[in-house]
Amino acid sequence: MDALDVARWQFGVTTVYHFLFVPLTIGLSVLVAILQTLWHRTGNEKYLKLTKFYGKLFMINFAMGVVTGIVQEFQFGMNWSDYSRFVGDIFGAPLAIEALVAFFLESTFIGLWIFGWDRLPKRVHLATIWAAAIGTNLSAYFILAANSFMQNPVGYRYNPDTGRAELTDFVAVLTNEVALITFPHTIAGAFLVAGSLLVAVALWHLIRNRDSADTPAYRFAAKFGSWVTLVATAAVVITGDIQGKIMTEVQPMKMAAAEAIYDTESPASLSVLTIGSLDGSRELFAIKIPYLLSYLGTGDPNGTVHGINDLQALYTAQYGPGSYTPIIPVTYWSFRFMIGFGLAAAAIALLVLWTQRRGRAVPNSKWLLRAGLAMPILPLLANSFGWIFTEMGRQPWIVFGEMLTRDGVSRSVSLTEVLTSFTAFTLIYAVLAVIEVKLLIRYARAGVPDVTPAAEPDDTDDTERPLAFAY
Amino acid sequence: MELTTIWFLLVAVLFTGYFILEGFDFGVGMLLPVLGRDDRERRVMINTIGPVWDGNEVWLITAGGAMFAAFPEWYATLFSGFYLPLLLILLALIARGVAFEYRHKRPEPTWKRRWDNAIFYGSLIPAVLWGVAFANILRGVPLSADHEYVGGLLDLLNPYALLGGATTAALFLTHGAVFIALKTLGDIRDRAAALAVRLGAIAAVLAVAFLAWTLTIRSSAAAVVLAAGAAAALLGGLAAAKVRREGWAFTGTAVAIALAVATLFAALFPNVLPSTLDPAGTLTATNAASTPYTLKIMTWVAVIFTPIVLAYQGWTYWVFRKRIGVTHIPQQ
Repeated sequence: MDALDVARWQFGVTTVYHFLFVPLTIGLSVLVAILQTLWHRTGNEKYLKLTKFYGKLFMINFAMGVVTGIVQEFQFGMNWSDYSRFVGDIFGAPLAIEALVAFFLESTFIGLWIFGWDRLPKRVHLATIWAAAIGTNLSAYFILAANSFMQNPVGYRYNPDTGRAELTDFVAVLTNEVALITFPHTIAGAFLVAGSLLVAVALWHLIRNRDSADTPAYRFAAKFGSWVTLVATAAVVITGDIQGKIMTEVQPMKMAAAEAIYDTESPASLSVLTIGSLDGSRELFAIKIPYLLSYLGTGDPNGTVHGINDLQALYTAQYGPGSYTPIIPVTYWSFRFMIGFGLAAAAIALLVLWTQRRGRAVPNSKWLLRAGLAMPILPLLANSFGWIFTEMGRQPWIVFGEMLTRDGVSRSVSLTEVLTSFTAFTLIYAVLAVIEVKLLIRYARAGVPDVTPAAEPDDTDDTERPLAFAY
Repeated sequence: MELTTIWFLLVAVLFTGYFILEGFDFGVGMLLPVLGRDDRERRVMINTIGPVWDGNEVWLITAGGAMFAAFPEWYATLFSGFYLPLLLILLALIARGVAFEYRHKRPEPTWKRRWDNAIFYGSLIPAVLWGVAFANILRGVPLSADHEYVGGLLDLLNPYALLGGATTAALFLTHGAVFIALKTLGDIRDRAAALAVRLGAIAAVLAVAFLAWTLTIRSSAAAVVLAAGAAAALLGGLAAAKVRREGWAFTGTAVAIALAVATLFAALFPNVLPSTLDPAGTLTATNAASTPYTLKIMTWVAVIFTPIVLAYQGWTYWVFRKRIGVTHIPQQ
């Protein structure tokens, strides 16, 4: 074990952890904004109740996303300083823009939204949650543009005098084809999580509190969440398909690693199950669907999909001796877990809609309850495995074709230092995870709040009444 | 003006903004166990910064991002070199941010006490360590010819840097006390105002000593003027606090922090991280910078978006301008 391994583990753990909170922030900010808009338009109290209820769950989650996000920005410099030096000219810009354009918007307007119920006119208050939601979704674009540069570097040249990559075309970086498709794929994945959370919580109340006066509110939330989940799934599948074709073109090794195809095939079949040798160099056993991979990867059932061994030989010729192959079991299985867990959530959403068809009451079924409670966990796992796949599939590169991961690590940081930080983050994250989940469950169980008609917003200086919301 | 100079100024402005804004957040957090006699008073204190602390912290994220984009070498060397202090700052900011949001989520006194501790230490640690970090930037650190940090943790804990840490902590405490006096009603307001004057006296002594020491390490005409201005603003702020002109007192401490940070940057320029070993290792605004193309794009982005951000953040402070007291705090 050396500092490089620990730095990689730290990046993996802190990033996957951060991204447990991000999808919910992205998706739920918009869904809560929609709920509040429905209340604004119809005046129906059930939408206000749902806005406040899911808004609380949103805030519990949001805090975790914010504090774990700062770690991400610092980590590039702390553990990956040679990477930062190499790509800073290109990679720093989207990060700075993300903070200036998106994070300020998000954080400032979230503050206005939670504390502004009694200070702002209704219409302005509604606008604040939309501004925050826009900020959140914008931030995803800039960080994905930065990440896409690592997958498919564009808009730059290598300067041999400075030994670094230098920006030549910023528009090309922002319109990287990988970024353009990864953004909708990631956002759709986020809505899959948010929709699932809506369903899970509402379903629990529909089954456990069958005589609740708030049943109409929960019924709406369950249906709305199910539809969001289904539409998001469709969007994930469509964007994922396009993404697969782009990946086949710009990162053929990642596609080969996703499918564990060792030798170039035309036509290529899609692997349902492949077991490879331990060193990952050849296939031992496989169940396959003919033509499907060629079609998914290239759009042509007879298209050529390059195999790991041929690409390894090609890269060795191009970049010199070394391994250019990711860890195949990791890419192969994470790719399958991503798809499997995502589709499982969609199946449960369909089931929930079916049980409520034509105004029927949700059946009092233990199994439906369990399926519903599993629902938000499934797309979270799908999101995590998607990221594990796309980042592990990029290895051994930190910037594809330009810099190896092992060359990006900080030279001045000792094993002890990086072990200290890895241990510290893992411990504090584990403790906070337990606290966060317990709070979420507590507030989810508490149900929609009572919204006895609130007084009109009052912005005058002499009002003595308690704040509508206080920490 | 050179693009690299503009970006040196912008990074300075972003850190200045961060220390003014999160400075009073840190102060409020550190004063929580001192001024907050019971749960209601502590809630009053937390709620003075409740709607704004997160937006204030984005100043740090933006400053870090701007440093990364405009001066990648500076960002890379500094963040990998100041590893353990930055780790502690991150852990503190994590605990503190979650604490604001979670503290009121359960009624048990133990629960609240734990989060109060998280807020206190989560504010104290960065308040001290930012001073230590910036003093070391000014003083210089051991850098090799290829700009790698070659010192250890103890190199960062020199007397000058520790004085820097004490100074930022004292300044933020004063700033926070003045802010509480400005934003609250009743008994806590009076106690905050009285405490601000006493803390301010300590902060003034520390700040004058620290800035004088700074100017002996490196100096420029601008730095001398700025340091004098910082001291004058702090004294003016304290005088205003003494006669209970809280708005002026807050202006005074805010300007004092701004000018103290500006002193450091003015003394530092054109270096961004001097080397105490090989002079070739010194990072400057020129040799640490990104390409002119990147700087030009970033300049446009900054010119367009900074005024927008300032406008809506300013508006937030206007929306939440009202003082709050214990009567405003709702039941759980």
